[in-house]
Amino acid sequence: MSIVNTAFPVESNELVAQDTWALRFRSPELATMLLPGQFLNILTDDGVDPLLRRPYSISNIYGDLCEILFTVVGKGSGLLSRKRPGDHIGVLGPLGNTFGYTKDFATALIVAGGIGVAPFPLLTTELLQRGRPVLTFLGARNASKVVTRGLVNVHIATDDGSTGYHGTITECLGDFLAGNVIDDAMIFACGPTPMLNSVRDFALDHELRCELSLESEMACGIGICQGCPIERCNCEEAYALVCTEGPCFDARDIKFHEHQLR
Amino acid sequence: MNTSIDFAGIHLHNRVLVASGTFGYGNEAAAFTDLRSIGGIVTKSVSRLPRHGNQPTRIAETPAGMLNSIGLANVGVEAFIADKLPFLRTIGTSIIVNIAASSIDEYCDVLERLDDEDGIDGYEINVSCPNVKEGGLNFGTRCEMTETITREMRKRTRRALIVKLTPNVTHIADFARACEAEGADAVSLINTLVGMAVDVNTRRPKLSTITGGLSGPAIKPVALAKVYEVSKVVAIPIIGIGGIMTWEDAIEFMLVGATAVQIGTANFRDPDSAVKIARGMEAYCKEHNIEDIQELVGSMRVAGDITAPGFVNVVRQA
Repeated sequence: MSIVNTAFPVESNELVAQDTWALRFRSPELATMLLPGQFLNILTDDGVDPLLRRPYSISNIYGDLCEILFTVVGKGSGLLSRKRPGDHIGVLGPLGNTFGYTKDFATALIVAGGIGVAPFPLLTTELLQRGRPVLTFLGARNASKVVTRGLVNVHIATDDGSTGYHGTITECLGDFLAGNVIDDAMIFACGPTPMLNSVRDFALDHELRCELSLESEMACGIGICQGCPIERCNCEEAYALVCTEGPCFDARDIKFHEHQLR
Repeated sequence: MNTSIDFAGIHLHNRVLVASGTFGYGNEAAAFTDLRSIGGIVTKSVSRLPRHGNQPTRIAETPAGMLNSIGLANVGVEAFIADKLPFLRTIGTSIIVNIAASSIDEYCDVLERLDDEDGIDGYEINVSCPNVKEGGLNFGTRCEMTETITREMRKRTRRALIVKLTPNVTHIADFARACEAEGADAVSLINTLVGMAVDVNTRRPKLSTITGGLSGPAIKPVALAKVYEVSKVVAIPIIGIGGIMTWEDAIEFMLVGATAVQIGTANFRDPDSAVKIARGMEAYCKEHNIEDIQELVGSMRVAGDITAPGFVNVVRQA
């Protein structure tokens, strides 16, 4: 596999929910290479502040166009939100591993928290092409932050109850599975670390197969800085790197530090 | 146009190396750059036993810089020799192994073990990691410890011996002078500056170890001043490190006295940085009709006599 390390002109940048943007750029090469769960390390500015790239999941692919979905949380994402067609972004990728969407299971349960929805439109496309039924559980702080584009069979939960289920997305998933029989399901989850931890606990308690797409502070995205460790379970080596061994991990293989959950 | 240099048995085909801890063991970056076009690779630190490194969070970005607290995560010397060195040998550029330890015995053991292996051009002794509980900075901030380690290393190898110095001291020049006196072939500087950052919402430090090492363009002016200071007191080559992002930065370091440079944090932003910087330096030399890049070393033009009384300067007279 070859790696792309190039500046691309932005094709479009659209506000799709509160503080949430969908940015597209054209790269036939990346569009054919990128797989669900992988990420791009994106340089938002030529200057030195911000200094580092920002990792973003590939969200969807439309022909030659690659789309990322992001919320504005700081300087880098703020700069990215102000990119207009023709402005350039530096792109390094494809990076990381993919979701195990080719594994043997009957129904995919996608569980997303907040901007953790980002990798799932592409995963949904791939799953549907393979004839796998998909159920989506989407948690958000409130109704104005909900992004459902590219998703199917969506169950929504909000922290404030402004739309859908009033509660966490893990509770929403639990209630649903208590009332419906889903054979041979596999969970694919992405979101804030405390949410991923509760999905992980739920999956392990109910003996459901589960993959988590992690986020982490990250500098290089390619395994040279060692800056994005996640603790392994039942393994001699203490840590895996989120960037190269992940970002997608079997829930049984990793665990979170207490201070990652605060 | 010549960009190469030979010193202490090391041949650098250009003056741009990649810094320890910013380029893994070479193999990780192979898909992202032309390794052979890099002047030299300084490996991730190697210690006697594998080290898992620190708990997350290990990284925090700061204005024009970053804090890290990796904690010398590395595979250990045996796995390095078995799994990493074979690939490094195939690259065709100079290989310098960075050694870290928490005791003088450990430094000696690791160096002796490595000295049995071929394919290593030299060693960089890390006496200045701020992110480990034992050893690390303790060695690098006490001149007599730096001296002892250099002496012990020198006894044990004929290969190039480079000591990597910390800026977290009052007078870095004293340490450089001690290294030279004990037989070091070169000094490299600077390692990271101790720094920290706090999340005001959670009131918690951003790094799990509270403090970490600051690197990136934010520290370049400090690094330049330290290289300049050291260049006034030692005759051995200086390898300049600290926030080099562009070829202009690298040339600056050479002008103040660096014979070569190491690229660190820039590799995280662009793993092809070292190659791009080396090309830029070459183009600069051609444009300025410089036949040998060595001409640049210490060639900064200073008006007036810097030894005159009252001249404000960091350089203390010996």
